[in-house]
Amino acid sequence: MSVDTATVAKIASLARIKVDEAAIEAMVPELNGILAWVEQLGEVDVTGVEPMTAVIPNTLRLRDDVVNADPLTGGDIRDKVLANAPAAEHGFFGVPKVIE
Amino acid sequence: MTELTDLGVAAIRDGVAAGTFTATEVATAFNAAVVQAQDALNAFIVTTPDVALAAAAKVDADRAAGKPLGKMAGVPIGMKDLFATQGVQTTAASKILEGFKPEYESTVSQKLWDAGAGMLGKLNLDQFAMGSSNETSAFGNVVSPWRRPNDTAPLAPGGSSGGSSAAVAARLAPAATGTDTGGSIRQPAAFTGISGIKPTYGRCSRWGVVAFASSLDQAGPMARDVTDCAIMLEAMAGFDPKDSTSLDLPVPDWSAALSSDLRGKKVGIPREYRLDGMDADVARVWDEGIAWLKDAGAEVIDISLPHTKYALPTYYIIAPAEASSNLARYDGVRYGLRDLPQGAGLQDMYAATRAAGFGDEVKRRILIGTYVLSAGFYDAYYTQAQKVRTLIARDFSQAFEQVDVILAPTAPTAAFALGENSDDPLAMYLNDVFSVPASLAGLPAMSVPAGLDRNGLPLGLQVIGKAFDEQGVLNAGLAIEQRAAFTARPTRWW
Amino acid sequence: MSEYRIQGATGEWEVVIGLEVHAQVTSNAKLFSGAATAFGAEPNAQVSLVDAAMPGMLPVPNRECIRQAVRTGMAIDAQINKWSRFDRKNYFYADLPQGYQISQLYHPLVGEGALEIQLDEKDPTSTKTIGIERIHVEQDAGKLMHDQHPTMSYVDLNRSGVALMEIVSRPDMRSPAEAGAYLAKLRQILRYVGSCDGNMDQGSMRADVNVSVRKPGAEFGTRTETKNVNSVRFVMAVVEQEAKRQVALIEDGGTVVQETRLYDPDRNETRSMRSKEDAHDYRYFPDPDLLPLVLDDAFLEECRASLPELPDAKRQRYEAGLGLSPYNAAALTADVETARQFEALLASVAKAAGKGEADVAKRVANWLLSERPGILNAQNIPTDSPKNSIEANTAIVVATEAGTISGSKAKEIFERHLTSDIDLAAEIDSNKQTTDTGAIEAAVDAVLAANADKVEQYKGGKEALFGFFVGQTMKAMQGKGNPQAVNQVLKAKLG
Ligand SMILES: [Mg+2]
Ligand SMILES: [Zn+2]
Repeated sequence: MSVDTATVAKIASLARIKVDEAAIEAMVPELNGILAWVEQLGEVDVTGVEPMTAVIPNTLRLRDDVVNADPLTGGDIRDKVLANAPAAEHGFFGVPKVIE
Repeated sequence: MTELTDLGVAAIRDGVAAGTFTATEVATAFNAAVVQAQDALNAFIVTTPDVALAAAAKVDADRAAGKPLGKMAGVPIGMKDLFATQGVQTTAASKILEGFKPEYESTVSQKLWDAGAGMLGKLNLDQFAMGSSNETSAFGNVVSPWRRPNDTAPLAPGGSSGGSSAAVAARLAPAATGTDTGGSIRQPAAFTGISGIKPTYGRCSRWGVVAFASSLDQAGPMARDVTDCAIMLEAMAGFDPKDSTSLDLPVPDWSAALSSDLRGKKVGIPREYRLDGMDADVARVWDEGIAWLKDAGAEVIDISLPHTKYALPTYYIIAPAEASSNLARYDGVRYGLRDLPQGAGLQDMYAATRAAGFGDEVKRRILIGTYVLSAGFYDAYYTQAQKVRTLIARDFSQAFEQVDVILAPTAPTAAFALGENSDDPLAMYLNDVFSVPASLAGLPAMSVPAGLDRNGLPLGLQVIGKAFDEQGVLNAGLAIEQRAAFTARPTRWW
Repeated sequence: MSEYRIQGATGEWEVVIGLEVHAQVTSNAKLFSGAATAFGAEPNAQVSLVDAAMPGMLPVPNRECIRQAVRTGMAIDAQINKWSRFDRKNYFYADLPQGYQISQLYHPLVGEGALEIQLDEKDPTSTKTIGIERIHVEQDAGKLMHDQHPTMSYVDLNRSGVALMEIVSRPDMRSPAEAGAYLAKLRQILRYVGSCDGNMDQGSMRADVNVSVRKPGAEFGTRTETKNVNSVRFVMAVVEQEAKRQVALIEDGGTVVQETRLYDPDRNETRSMRSKEDAHDYRYFPDPDLLPLVLDDAFLEECRASLPELPDAKRQRYEAGLGLSPYNAAALTADVETARQFEALLASVAKAAGKGEADVAKRVANWLLSERPGILNAQNIPTDSPKNSIEANTAIVVATEAGTISGSKAKEIFERHLTSDIDLAAEIDSNKQTTDTGAIEAAVDAVLAANADKVEQYKGGKEALFGFFVGQTMKAMQGKGNPQAVNQVLKAKLG
């Protein structure tokens, strides 16, 4: 499988990265080089093989239903949450107006 | 008398505890070394001399008060700028996080501070840990302290933990944190003649570490010898309820149990790692390593890891796929860079912000990752890669039915010059050919300096162990270290 | 069951409906963080570093959220998957801090189940089984406010990361009534199980309504999905409007496009959401921050053991075991809170009266369903008023049941108890009915004597006056005459 400029433009848009046309042109052969190389995986016989789900055999640990048990993962920290925001007003994050 | 900056973790800790020197003297000496080297090596993005001094003062005061001292008491270290440090800029070497000051401390860095370590500064790295040469940082390349003889061409310190490797090799810090996704501790350690270990996936908490590829990322120590790595890993490792992939296991006292006596141990030599056209010096050092381990009492066995050649392409599907999703949060809404062109809507703001904030390699990997996960391609790429990953892990577990550890080169070559591989992403990716398989299988692996190539540049040997068997890895590393007697260090030119 | 059909120019059309219901899981903390879930907090107050997707943050799942989803699955007889995992659904929006929603696509927690609806309350044969494809657990998104600032939208992440169950039905419904009944039934079960409070006006439950039309028996048509519909009534309206719109469109020579739509209750119409061109490539993949979720037998055992008696079983028991009418059984089980009150009062009354529950059930049911609500409503007293205590209710019902006081006295006394400070026991005592025939006869004689004209009329055939005499006698006896005894005496005297 290989990509063309339209596909690269579509991927860039999906990934929300603005790329100008010249850059897209340059990326096409580069990405195709990488894709052609990774496609050698297709030759591996994976019949009956499960995709890896946990690199170290282990299952999911669950947490107790307690509010603010650990301050690092709890709420009531609005100032900290907003401290680095490019635009914070009245306790909200501000973004360009969205028309729905 | 040796300079304080020539001392490693154990020597500093023991000297401070014994009163041979104070922690403040140590911090002052390293702070000065950092300043002197900064322009030439660019190892740090931010220096924090006051933080180092404050931690040292606390240790000195505790000692004076007769309080017990931690495992790393009085040891100032460099912190890879992938670890969130409260109130200190944390960037992952990306413009998109420039100016970001976390309101939290990563679990691993907090554990180090709790053990008495101090912070000299935030170390440069490849942007979002994506790279093998430290040429993708938004804050400039890190320059290796090593040079080829009669040649001033700047060399790569390896990547992505290149600031860490350069700082430790140049004696700007006795030790530094690294992270390893596909070799980012081991390859830079090898390039700069130091030691570094990536523990079993889950040993060190990932909480507060900027994510690259979640199923692969592991933190680990980088230091000048195996003992120092063991001590520092003890301080970094441990169960963290905030990371659901964290291993709920006690942290062994690895440094106390260090032993280079390998009698009764079996060492596997994977035949698939002996590539056609392998660098002669790399092959020679590998053979020497085999001889050293035999000398240490181990039995050496040829083994096969049949899917080795598929490890790199597997990695270059899985890591970008995870990264494309992990990096979606950098959108200019809650922190970091915001690029809001005149009249731009929300989605335009995202696209502009991410275009301005991410470097080329990061964009390349996000695009690859986005593509392999997109409709119609997911099974062919991602699912296939995760199946091959299962096979790669199975290769290792079968091998470990026969052997205790595996010995291989760390990287296919010694350090290359900055700029030498940077135009060809594929050539750059091939640097990780020996380190990626252990990452895909989540296994502990370390690099120890083993010798010099024909240009006088360091070469590393890699020891890969069974899951949870950091001790076996460290012990084999120690056996190599003792026999390699690697004393070379970069001549100071900065 | 009559079939619902849209009459088009080209004949009859059948509507096909499937619902995806998002139900907020009842829990103290969020699905992957320790921030609170309570409704109505200050903006961004209930947001952790994890919910704000700060760099390096990681999700750790809340056991209670998993437990509630499993219990819900068990309540609809669904397959519970002991091995499941979380996936990431990737898209960019300001209410989605991570740039992905953690959800479950490939291996949901709960698989196939079913739910039985009854379309006509009085007709037990009007039931239909609606298939449920799956229930998965996922994160809610934050909230955007568009009217606070001229050029900016404001983002509040309080809801971001709250646990939702997405309950996906099969396209088994064929009318607005069926869709409404399904949603109501689902809400009833969730409230019984306690896994969701079902408050649709607070957004705790909302439905994505998938509608398509076809000629009866033909292949499925193209469906549209109307998002976030937040009441049973609106779901029924969406089905109706959307089905009509699609029929008109097709008969006009157009084709239905698969799209997401919004319902505007003010205009009672659905309209297309401006669709983003690449909005549909979500690039789902297993969340690498979360290992597979494996449930052990002890966990499942506890989930099952803690399930309450469910509405259908309860209703059957009320009919068969307690002898209640189908109507009363349905009314008492419609809402878990009503059933809870009924059972508490029933147990209390039976104990106080020294009788079996079945012996007093009808009386308790009538009191709760028809007598008491009238009094509470008239006096504007909330059900949870301390005056409306189980002790007071028990005393009243027991006294009525034993014939100590009449039904009308009971209501009157209870009303006075609610609105003033009376000694309930003493009041009941002083209002005891009398069966003393002498006293009744004296009262009747007096009434008949005072109304000789009416007695004439009665004897002349105006039998409706009988009630008048009863009333007058009761009034004369201040309500204490036993009604049966009064009737007997009157009948005898009037010949
Ligand atoms: Mg939906
Ligand atoms: Zn959903």
